[in-house]
Amino acid sequence: MTRMAAGQRHRLRFTLNGKTVERECEPRMLLTDFIRHEVGATGTHVGCEHGVCGACTVSIDGRPARACLTLALQVEGSEVRTVESLADPAGRLGVLQSAFRKHHALQCGFCTAGILMSLDTLLAQRPDASEAEIRDVLTGHLCRCTGYAPIIQAALEAAAELKGETSREQVNA
Amino acid sequence: MKPAAFDYVRAESLDEALDVLRNEGSDARVIAGGQSLMAMLNMRLAKPRVLIDIMRIEKLRAIEPAAGRVTVGAAVRQAELLEWPALANELKLISLALPWTGHAQTRSRGTICGSIAHADPSAEMPLVLLALGGEVILRSARKRRSVAARDFFLGMMATERNDDELIEAVAFPSSNGRRCAFREVARRHGDFAIVACAAVATGHGARLAVGGVADTPVVREFDDLKGSALDDALNAFAYELDARDDFHATARYRRDLVRLIGRDLIEEVTR
Repeated sequence: MTRMAAGQRHRLRFTLNGKTVERECEPRMLLTDFIRHEVGATGTHVGCEHGVCGACTVSIDGRPARACLTLALQVEGSEVRTVESLADPAGRLGVLQSAFRKHHALQCGFCTAGILMSLDTLLAQRPDASEAEIRDVLTGHLCRCTGYAPIIQAALEAAAELKGETSREQVNA
Repeated sequence: MKPAAFDYVRAESLDEALDVLRNEGSDARVIAGGQSLMAMLNMRLAKPRVLIDIMRIEKLRAIEPAAGRVTVGAAVRQAELLEWPALANELKLISLALPWTGHAQTRSRGTICGSIAHADPSAEMPLVLLALGGEVILRSARKRRSVAARDFFLGMMATERNDDELIEAVAFPSSNGRRCAFREVARRHGDFAIVACAAVATGHGARLAVGGVADTPVVREFDDLKGSALDDALNAFAYELDARDDFHATARYRRDLVRLIGRDLIEEVTR
């Protein structure tokens, strides 16, 4: 049994976007704050902090999850991916991101990081996801300015490309 | 919106977790998927001194069909049960209701037992456990006991569980081909239910359970299914639930939903 005392920092080790992270934190630290303030990866946004808005959604072991409803210490040994993992190191946007840009699926962008991670995990599991499945996953997110229609359009186009029905060139055109 | 400080215990075995619970009592809280508890911690509606993480305890991860029922361990996540290949066959009602529990983003971490331990009056898993006549298996350092669903839910987020106990598993009776149905009305799919109903055929009629109206889910048997007698019985049931007006819906709207959905579901399972 490991008991980690309140108010003290304890060692935590997990994989973030393919790289091992090994740092210390207090038991009460949320995964959102750990990623943003300890690691400095600020792509993950913090909205309501009680699991309703979906802005903080990240991928934990391949599944979409609320980083604000997760303690950093709970992801010990896990694989975590954030929006920073979607573009390649040269900054070329991923398939979903390109489709979002093309379809104006973001305005202020506050909800976008979370939505991208939910859709990315969905399409990774089910490249042939239907519009109904995309809509179902989007019920876990609140967007207050763009509206959901262009987001669904972008997701459908990204799904089509991932299935090989369209090419990247068409998406970028 | 940050939790107050607590000690964090990563239990490797059930005995370790039970030991801490025995020593700390009500100062300790068990965390599994954390999809209800973390929100309470963030809002400081709960300020435990110790948090016991039970998700590394291997023996709590099992889904076990045996002797006409399916036992679901405390560390089984909602998404894992949804993906269990035998679900639609063994636990038809859960396969209908579980997609309504939270969103994909919370089902990926939240557990079945955690939802039942939290006992939100509008939650689907307590409702389904009650409709099926399931059991909660409670464990303390001293003993293990089973509590019938109808005796487990005492009030809004209040249950029969003692401070030194944790839910080790819940047991759902298998479907066995019995007809069942589920329907929910919420502002947005995945939000808290305004009214949620589950019905199960009993052989001589139907059992209807209603969530989102009273302080706990409530179950009732309906045997006289002819014509207006059923309407009258459903109307009486709707009033007995003591619906209240709140931000989401009026009491009258909730009674309407109970009458309408109740009738639909009972007809569906007894047709």
